[in-house]
Amino acid sequence: MLLITCPHCGPRDETEFRYGDQAGVAYTPDADDAAWAAYLFVRDNPKGWFHERWFHAHGCRTWFSVHRHTVTHEMRQQP
Amino acid sequence: MSPHPDFLWRDPEPRRSYEVVIVGGGGHGLATAYYLARNHGVRDVAVLEKGWLAGGNMARNTTIIRSNYLWDESAAIYEHSLKLWEGLSEELDYDLQFSQRGVLNLAHSLSDVREGRRRVNANLLNGVDAEWLDPAEVAAFCPILNVSGSARYPVLGATLQRRAGIAKHDHVAWALARKADAYGVDLIQNTEVTGFQITKNRVTGVETTRGTIAAGTVALAAAGHTSVLAAKAGLRLPLRSHPLQAMVSELLEPVLDCVVMSNAVHVYVSQAHKGELVMGAGIDAYTSYGRRGSFHVIEAQMAAALELFPIFSRVRLLRTWAGIVDVSPDASPIIGPTSVEGLYVNAGWGTGGFKATTGSGWAYADTIANGRPHALAAPFGLERFTTGALIDEHGAAAVAH
Repeated sequence: MLLITCPHCGPRDETEFRYGDQAGVAYTPDADDAAWAAYLFVRDNPKGWFHERWFHAHGCRTWFSVHRHTVTHEMRQQP
Repeated sequence: MSPHPDFLWRDPEPRRSYEVVIVGGGGHGLATAYYLARNHGVRDVAVLEKGWLAGGNMARNTTIIRSNYLWDESAAIYEHSLKLWEGLSEELDYDLQFSQRGVLNLAHSLSDVREGRRRVNANLLNGVDAEWLDPAEVAAFCPILNVSGSARYPVLGATLQRRAGIAKHDHVAWALARKADAYGVDLIQNTEVTGFQITKNRVTGVETTRGTIAAGTVALAAAGHTSVLAAKAGLRLPLRSHPLQAMVSELLEPVLDCVVMSNAVHVYVSQAHKGELVMGAGIDAYTSYGRRGSFHVIEAQMAAALELFPIFSRVRLLRTWAGIVDVSPDASPIIGPTSVEGLYVNAGWGTGGFKATTGSGWAYADTIANGRPHALAAPFGLERFTTGALIDEHGAAAVAH
């Protein structure tokens, strides 16, 4: 199980959180079909450091982002 | 000491150039090579595998084979796969331990019941065998299931596909590899693709840890690592790589002679020929290439399994593992050309690719050989994410596989 550090509550078990996938995906209301499809369906899927969001669903209900390594699962505020 | 048995395939040095290079020596890559040679006479083929053959998800799946998907496009390719499975042991001259023992998909709620009945009707219209069983019939078909009204997950019925079942995954890979090798396909292990050679938006070869190999066509069959490879060719694909965990128990006497799946609680159980219970969980929520998942996923899955099968309460778990599965937004595969000419992708099989090893290889080989999507593959092209013609199998034909 991952140990995830919530900025408000500190380190807590993964089971308290919901995964929010890639951080910083910009909403693109004026996109053409291809750009809209990319906005809806395509995310980075790197083997290595990944900037992603988590939601402390069973805690303070804060959304926050971390950098996590997708092989080691190490988490940092900066990669 | 007896002499070492014969090797099933050669261990060739890579040549400088091939007509077709397949990236990934798992089930789908091997099946693609086999059908390229068998159906299309394309034998100037290399399968490049960064590890050893069939050591990824082909070695980690729970071997369930079925074709009872909801949508026409899915039913077509999975049923084609199942029909190929039915003749494959004989065709490959290898005992694949393909056992059509029947797969139950349990319904635990009224919406499950409606979905199940709808799927049975859809399957019958598509020529796929399917039956709806009420709880008493479920109990008769699988006596060790807890169908009592007081169960935590009451069994309100189930769909049954009698032609569905399991096969021995290693034998499948070995048999396909042996036949492909006999046709002249080079199966090249311990050779990782590190880049692509692309001239004027056309792929001309691959860079590997053993040098550059020219290719007329490059076909990806790399499952969970497809995104990593595609990125080297400048492509972003609608795929997420997640850990999917599975586990086996100690060896038991025969106790379960069918496959039981429950989408609602993410349990699927069968008993392998050797005697162990083979069980799978749902994917871990986060993306990963780490080939391990979180233990709470297994814990929740075991808790649900024990509610369904009280008889397993003292069974000991022998080991657990994870594979990295590539999940697409609509839980359907992506098969076909990419925006780079000559570069094809076959991915997104997610949590259920083993059952499609045959049909996937068949359709992909035809797509590669003819330079256009095979009829079974055409609905599964990348363009569906732009047109909106998704094939949404998420809730429909089973999230668990």
